[in-house]
Amino acid sequence: MLNYVLSRLLTFVPTFFGVTLISFAFIRVLPGDPIIVMAGERGVSQERYDQLAAQFGFDRPMYVQFWEYFTGVLQGDLGNSFVTKKPVWDEFFALFPATLELSLCAMVLAIVLGLPAGVIAAVNRGKFFDRALMSTALVGYSMPIFWWALLLIIVFSGNLGWTPVSGRIDLLYYFPDPTGFMLIDSLASGQKGAFWSAIRHLILPTIVLGTIPLAVIARQTRSAMLEVLGEDYVRTARAKGMSPGRINSIHALRNALIPVITVIGLSVGTLLAGAILTETIFSWPGIGKWMVDSIFRRDYPVVQGGLLLIAVMVMIVNLTVDMLYGLINPKIRKR
Amino acid sequence: MTLKTTLASGLLLASLGSGAFAQSLVYCSEGSPEGFDPALYTAGTTFDASSQPIYNRLAEFKTGTTETVPGLAESWEVSEDGKTVTFKLRKGVKFHSNDQFTPTRDFNADDVIFTFDRQGNAENPYNKVSGGTWEYYGGMSMPDLIESIEKVDDHTVVFNLTRPEAPFIANMAMDFASIVSKEYADAMLEAGTPEMLNQAPIGTGPFSFQAYQKDAVIRYLRNDDYWGNKAKVESLIFAITPDASVRYQKVQAGECHVMAYPNPADVEAMKSDESIVVMEQEGLNVGYLAYNTQVAPYDNPKVRKALNMAIDKQSIIDVVFQGSGQIAKNPIPPTMWSYNNDIQDDAHDPEAAKAMLEAEGVTDLSMKIWAMPVQRPYNPNARRMAELMQEDFSKIGVNVEIVSYEWGEYLSRSKELDRDGAVLLGWTGDNGDPDNFLAVLLGCDGVGKSNRAQWCNEEFDALIQKAKSESSQEERAKLYEEAQVIFKDQAPWATIAHSVVYMPMRPEVDGYVVHPLGSHIFNEVGLSE
Repeated sequence: MLNYVLSRLLTFVPTFFGVTLISFAFIRVLPGDPIIVMAGERGVSQERYDQLAAQFGFDRPMYVQFWEYFTGVLQGDLGNSFVTKKPVWDEFFALFPATLELSLCAMVLAIVLGLPAGVIAAVNRGKFFDRALMSTALVGYSMPIFWWALLLIIVFSGNLGWTPVSGRIDLLYYFPDPTGFMLIDSLASGQKGAFWSAIRHLILPTIVLGTIPLAVIARQTRSAMLEVLGEDYVRTARAKGMSPGRINSIHALRNALIPVITVIGLSVGTLLAGAILTETIFSWPGIGKWMVDSIFRRDYPVVQGGLLLIAVMVMIVNLTVDMLYGLINPKIRKR
Repeated sequence: MTLKTTLASGLLLASLGSGAFAQSLVYCSEGSPEGFDPALYTAGTTFDASSQPIYNRLAEFKTGTTETVPGLAESWEVSEDGKTVTFKLRKGVKFHSNDQFTPTRDFNADDVIFTFDRQGNAENPYNKVSGGTWEYYGGMSMPDLIESIEKVDDHTVVFNLTRPEAPFIANMAMDFASIVSKEYADAMLEAGTPEMLNQAPIGTGPFSFQAYQKDAVIRYLRNDDYWGNKAKVESLIFAITPDASVRYQKVQAGECHVMAYPNPADVEAMKSDESIVVMEQEGLNVGYLAYNTQVAPYDNPKVRKALNMAIDKQSIIDVVFQGSGQIAKNPIPPTMWSYNNDIQDDAHDPEAAKAMLEAEGVTDLSMKIWAMPVQRPYNPNARRMAELMQEDFSKIGVNVEIVSYEWGEYLSRSKELDRDGAVLLGWTGDNGDPDNFLAVLLGCDGVGKSNRAQWCNEEFDALIQKAKSESSQEERAKLYEEAQVIFKDQAPWATIAHSVVYMPMRPEVDGYVVHPLGSHIFNEVGLSE
């Protein structure tokens, strides 16, 4: 198992370099000069422009700029935002807990509902349940997030008044030294009602962000289950007179899980992408909105640093998924 | 059981909450501030969160007007030659305090000198802190204008200028001129954390800064030692809500009291909603189409005039602004002093326009119209606007191609002297002074820069230069009125529209005034039950 982990870790190195290079190049390929964009309609004199370019390091050759960035990254320095002038690292970790908390909740929702839905659909293949679940999943999969979020807000927050419109917690509550995880902060503060308020604020964004992964997981589980249910050993188990519940849960589902876990791992990327819209609509202070704003402002350090950190997160998740394969299927880790 | 208790206590607290809430004014703002030192930044969102609640300036704009009134300076005097301005400072003004800092003295001349020295003097230890680029200080040409600043005594400061500059007092009321504490700056420099000046601001304003969580919330507390009228609410909260539809929902649900920037399409529904009051005022801005007056046939004023007559501005207001705009006939907005209301706008008359073009020997004209890729209050949808103009121009036989570039490119390329095509752009006023529109956008100095029409008219330029050095506002107004007549006659632009600013709020909000300079100010706003 150790060798397996090490060999996976080794593939990290070139990927990391590649991601650093691509994230550096990506924002520079886009037209638009950060200094001109910053100055807007007011404009900037040539003298002032040169001064700023020197300050931001744009006057040096591209490879020198990249090398400085890369060596900085290796020492944990991602540079400072052009706009707020704060270290990218600090900004990322101030905002990331909000994204992580929401993504985890959305993922839990997607798995808790998606797995059983897929299993039920597979077992009832072609029957009413299957059709109902799979058409719902298709609708969920195709749902425009923006529209879906506004619809939920108008119905549940506006008309029914059950949930708050946006934000992470009622403005009444204030935690001086937050961890950034609102569920933890609100519990730790001991303030009455804070935790409940945090939960209420999480409900709609979780549903919105979880909808697409939920649909994907349900569909993937169904097809993986169907494949496994047709295998010889399942027929054998049936022939032995094993109860259908036991066959489905122990023999079929466990083997169907590998492709499902792959999809869950890949969904992490989808979640981060979906987070951009969800965070904007629900005024959720996470990294999605931060990244989009930075792209529009051509805030190079934030875009390249943010992309790199997100890419590293996705790499870590994929590594974890690889480890899970090994746990579920011993054949893989021996290879 | 557990769930029930949690639920019950949650509900109980929610109802208790509304009691405590009455002391807090919640404003749904549109975005995060870039920081809290107004001199470092240029965005209105940043100024709303920093200069307005936290700081004061030597002179202030009287809320709701562009008139300057005393602020931290009780009075000022301009010398005969207009080159020396003496400010008498207010006594007994206290700075805020925070965990790291408690002031030991009141506001004095050292704070004024420090405020400007750090922006203009490269040797000042704060000049490079927080990547200082001092955009507005440079943009308002302070480096050329201010020769020196002298402290006469603790409460008297003299600004020596290199030339007479009538808008100088208005400039001193701008956000970048917010007075910061030198004592706090020194303390933070010594502690090795100079960036705190920007991150944990200390000012003299009606509210003191309490806490900020990026993209979520900013909290302020009332400054009970404030020198002026104390704020009516105990605390002020900015709930940062980037989506306009969501801000609307939050006002409806009572989660905030006031919101910024509604969708124009929502305004009608808001007006008929009993839980919302909508205030409105013309914005201090102008959207225009600038011809390149140095390229034929647009160097001929009659051709420009003919094109202007072809544009159906009313349908632009209806379609592009959805009612949140008004037709512009002058290059300055009607809320600004010296606005010449006697000027007649060009009639929308395609037939006459066509005849005029033919009389000038212009046939089969093809032109480009540049459409901005961004949304602005003075032009919410440039692409759509360009399409409407394309249609209007086709009716007089002019063929239009619409072009657009990425915003940075757009701004630089549109400055080029040999630019091909007319450019859609606009301007939002900084200090309420007509000079800030007429000189910046239409003066000869701006050609190849902010004067996108590349228009240099000697007669016009002489008038605005004279107005700049004239100290009587009455005299200045006459000169600007005359300049607007020349502008209309020469038609370097087609003036399109001024936006209308809408401010939706809850009925219990008391005393809010829409500010023409676009700031959102809560110093004197209360909540009635």
